[in-house]
Amino acid sequence: MNEHWVLGLSMLAGGLLTFATRAIFLLGGERFSLGPNFRAMLVYVPPAVLAALIAPEIFVRNGDLILSVENPRLWAALVAVLVALITRSVLATIALGLAVLWGIQFI
Amino acid sequence: MRRWDFLEAASRRTEFWAGVRVELPLLLGVLPFGLVYGLLGLQAGLPAWAVVAMSSVVFGGASQVVFAQLWGAQVPPSLIVGTVGVVNLRHALYSASVAVLLRELPLRWKLLLAYLLTDEAYMAAVGRLSVGPQGPLRHWFLFGTGITLWLTWQLATLGGVLAGAVIPAAWSLDFSIALTFIALLVPGLRRRSELLAVLVAGVTALAAQALPFKLWIVLAAAAGMTAGMLARRWDTKGRA
Repeated sequence: MNEHWVLGLSMLAGGLLTFATRAIFLLGGERFSLGPNFRAMLVYVPPAVLAALIAPEIFVRNGDLILSVENPRLWAALVAVLVALITRSVLATIALGLAVLWGIQFI
Repeated sequence: MRRWDFLEAASRRTEFWAGVRVELPLLLGVLPFGLVYGLLGLQAGLPAWAVVAMSSVVFGGASQVVFAQLWGAQVPPSLIVGTVGVVNLRHALYSASVAVLLRELPLRWKLLLAYLLTDEAYMAAVGRLSVGPQGPLRHWFLFGTGITLWLTWQLATLGGVLAGAVIPAAWSLDFSIALTFIALLVPGLRRRSELLAVLVAGVTALAAQALPFKLWIVLAAAAGMTAGMLARRWDTKGRA
């Protein structure tokens, strides 16, 4: 098979798998009995997933754990957390976070 | 007046544009990430058509970056597809959450919203859907956040493919998505148990980095959710 076909089919398979993941409970909601404990647990989906995605972006570079205070991403993230707490503005949080990261890197 | 009260008995147009408006500031983080993906995709050796097509076929930023990297490293396609599946497994949690919040929707809406159910679309809409007015047209809000993100992602990908080569890596634009997630996470934290869920999920994600197929995402999310559940009883009473 031509490489472009393999590539196209791989993307399609990845896309179908992703769609199925996103659809499973929406479509099968009636069949899965979502008990009260399960529902209570769903409250923790946003904080848990977001934290799981954020932490490695700050502390892992090229597969290595970086726990040094000289990590510019750590400071950018801390400033972003503060800005988010004070302003609750998404725009300000992202903009100031990036500004701090650039500031440290270009000094 | 509470934040979502203006959506009491709102029309579909009001719901839709309210969703679009909530999503707009997030685009400051999503746009650079799309550019970075477009650039990385080409650098990994994917043809331009595939980089662009993947943004609508798969439509999941992190998994698309992983796909491109693995393809460039000549990993067998079956492993690539499996990894994409695991990276996107967290969306099943969003699916369960939205299924509870929008249970009465017709099938075509469920299919459409499932396709549009990304990190940023879900996170931006879940607050309104869970504590806002429970009107029959509230799914238009999620459609508003979802379609806004979709359009932006397609445009950013195109931009990355066309102009990505002029973006220096030193700009660290990839970090914009982490900042986006911080902007979504921090203002929503109310309870001690949520704070604990954040700490446990973050530490687990770091400790489990060595797991294959990026399984740490799901493991860390599960650990955080479990910790939050167990700590529920120590939350201050009377707070939502």
